[in-house]
Amino acid sequence: MVSLSKLLPGQFGKVVALNSERAVDQRLMALGLLPGMVVKVVRRAPLGDPIALSFGGLEICLREVEAKDILIDIAADCPVPRRPRA
Amino acid sequence: MSVEAMPRVAVVGNPNTGKSTLFNALTGLRQRVGNYPGVTVARKSGVCELADGRRVELVDLPGLYSLAAVSPDERVVVDALLGRVQGERAPDVVLVVCDATNLLRNLFLASQVAELGLPMAIVVNQIDVARARGLEVDGPLLSDRLGGVPVALVSAWKGEGVADVRRAIDWALARRRALPPVSWPEPVGEAIAMVSLAAERATGRPVPPALAQRLLFDSAPTIAEAIGWSLAAREAPVRAGRDQVRRAGFNPPAAEPMVHYARLRAALEGVVRGGEADSRGSRVDRVLLHRVAGPVCFAAIMLGLFWSVFALAKAPMQWIQHGVDLAKAFAAGQLSGTPMLQSLVADGVIGGVGAFLAFLPQILILFLFVGILEDSGYMARAAFIMDRLFSWCGLNGKSFVPLLSGFACAIPGLLSTRTIEDPKARLATAFTVPFMSCSARFPIYALMCAAFIGPRYGAFWESVAMVGMHLVGLLVAVPTAFVLTRFILKVRPAPFVLELPRYQLPKPRDVLWRMWQNAFEFVSKAGTVIFAITFVVWALTYFPRDPEVAARVRAESASLAPEQAEARVQAAYVEQSWMGRFGKAVQPAFDPCGFDWKLTVGVLASFPAREVIVSTLGITYSLGEGAEADSEDLRAAMREARWTEGPRVGTPIFTLPAVLALMIFFALCSQCGSTVATLAQEAGSWRWAAASFLYMTTLAWLAATAVYQLGTVLLA
Repeated sequence: MVSLSKLLPGQFGKVVALNSERAVDQRLMALGLLPGMVVKVVRRAPLGDPIALSFGGLEICLREVEAKDILIDIAADCPVPRRPRA
Repeated sequence: MSVEAMPRVAVVGNPNTGKSTLFNALTGLRQRVGNYPGVTVARKSGVCELADGRRVELVDLPGLYSLAAVSPDERVVVDALLGRVQGERAPDVVLVVCDATNLLRNLFLASQVAELGLPMAIVVNQIDVARARGLEVDGPLLSDRLGGVPVALVSAWKGEGVADVRRAIDWALARRRALPPVSWPEPVGEAIAMVSLAAERATGRPVPPALAQRLLFDSAPTIAEAIGWSLAAREAPVRAGRDQVRRAGFNPPAAEPMVHYARLRAALEGVVRGGEADSRGSRVDRVLLHRVAGPVCFAAIMLGLFWSVFALAKAPMQWIQHGVDLAKAFAAGQLSGTPMLQSLVADGVIGGVGAFLAFLPQILILFLFVGILEDSGYMARAAFIMDRLFSWCGLNGKSFVPLLSGFACAIPGLLSTRTIEDPKARLATAFTVPFMSCSARFPIYALMCAAFIGPRYGAFWESVAMVGMHLVGLLVAVPTAFVLTRFILKVRPAPFVLELPRYQLPKPRDVLWRMWQNAFEFVSKAGTVIFAITFVVWALTYFPRDPEVAARVRAESASLAPEQAEARVQAAYVEQSWMGRFGKAVQPAFDPCGFDWKLTVGVLASFPAREVIVSTLGITYSLGEGAEADSEDLRAAMREARWTEGPRVGTPIFTLPAVLALMIFFALCSQCGSTVATLAQEAGSWRWAAASFLYMTTLAWLAATAVYQLGTVLLA
């Protein structure tokens, strides 16, 4: 289980838990980012933050601080990027 | 039938579902734009004719994802649906617009609205995009699964199925069928009832379950303040309700979406068939959001936008200027018998309106491009690219559009801060917008550069000075926003959840229509303020008018040509007007900036609008009314201007430090009556407007003084 902010572009996994006390997570859940949903990190903004995510046919961006509290089970068939970020 | 007596249909939906396109198609642009009482959210309504000729009022509510309202826009939707907007009853039918390519997520809002028990009709829009991806939506089956609520499959963009929407509205009005409310797990249902009861007891008014759900589920329910249930009073009952939800095995904020999504998933089983992932958008994004190519494209698009705003507006601005000059000359000719009326109409009314209208082309073009960028889906990407920069100084990516608009004019910039959810971030953005170098600063930059910098240092330094002046505002805005958000407003970093919508070709009718609506709002808002202040400044500059002054000046300039003598009379009048006297009295305050009394009068008289400085200088330098930034006479007169008293007597007024000081003053000062008024309105208090005015004026004075004093020492 890792934090969503640790996923590299191209990686995906299942949502395990959100920090449901925050308003931002309530918004994400309203968009369908609920436990069990598969979420993929599409890319990072040119300056490294925010992160573009896709889930359920939707693409949204989210800042790293907000992604940190979202826990993910990385999928077994998830690609391992060739060039890990420092 | 009056609009009030018509059945009312509220149009709600997620952002980027083509809701406005559908609204425009249904109302045929027979729309009224107003404001919701007490908030700065536009109320758009229109009349829609049903198949049998009956008319209904359609109200286009702001786009939102969930009734858990955060921004003022979202709060208005909740209030309007609950019938809590002052002087407005609840809608008779709610039309929920959904995106066919993402039905599940879009129906979440419909499912929440169902809790209100309002009759509903569902529009599955963008069906053409869904079909192109091989998605089939079974409309009758969907209607069946949603308790018989009418469903229309539509492509508002192509105009297909709009008649079905009219039929669905008709049907919903007749049968008043509501989407069945969700069946809450028993303990959650009990918790909702508990909170509802406690709220009812505390406020003495009925609290419907939908409202109680907001109080129970939302971490910061904005509705609580609205119904007058204080934090202290609601803390215990809400905590008890949440504990109950928790005991049932749910996380309180997660309970609502989980229950809604579970029932919607079941309802959509077999309704949507086929489909494949769409990769076109991501291919475009691979370039437009690329780490290197992304910012390059962004810069190119923004430069292109600015170039277009200035280049395309140039000719229409000249036409307007020309027309205003003709109108002035005509009015002056007609009223030559009554000099006061002549001056009031020609200089006060026509001059004031004209100075304002001259900026309309730029603003229209800016609105046009902003509309295209928004509707195409690029604006969200721009916010994505820029968010890091903005978040560093406490703002967010959504501050980008207001600040960008500020480069043409602060008013549309201020109006567009409304989309920012966090009220403090919105205020900080609004406070920063007036620092962007708007086009009203352009005439004074152009005059000073053409008169002094160009001839002395060449075209290269002239353009450096021009670009530099546009950067000054940015350089000041960044630390201002930083200090304001960190230390004064103490903005907590606002969550930044932004959809990156599918790229789409903007529909010309929608873009043009919104451009027209925005321009209309700008004219009605800024126009009235400018008009009032222009009138006051005209009166101060006109009165008192002693005929002896004219006689004396005419006698002194008997050797000059009649026009020159007349110009001197005008200058003498201004000198002894209230404004002239006041300017002379306060000149010592501007002396450290290197301004003589004429420049001081120019600064004071340009309070309504910065560009007025040029025409005021035209009068005080005895050139008559028609001075413009490119007037060679004015440039020559200014080059000749010398101090007539004090320690610098006989030396030129416009030394390089003085020229730079004047430009910097105008880059930073708050000489724009309508910006101050709009800021007061958007911030909800005159205190912020006053603070902005004082802050900008102080900064402008300090910067101008520093430049003048340092420059004078260095060049000595």
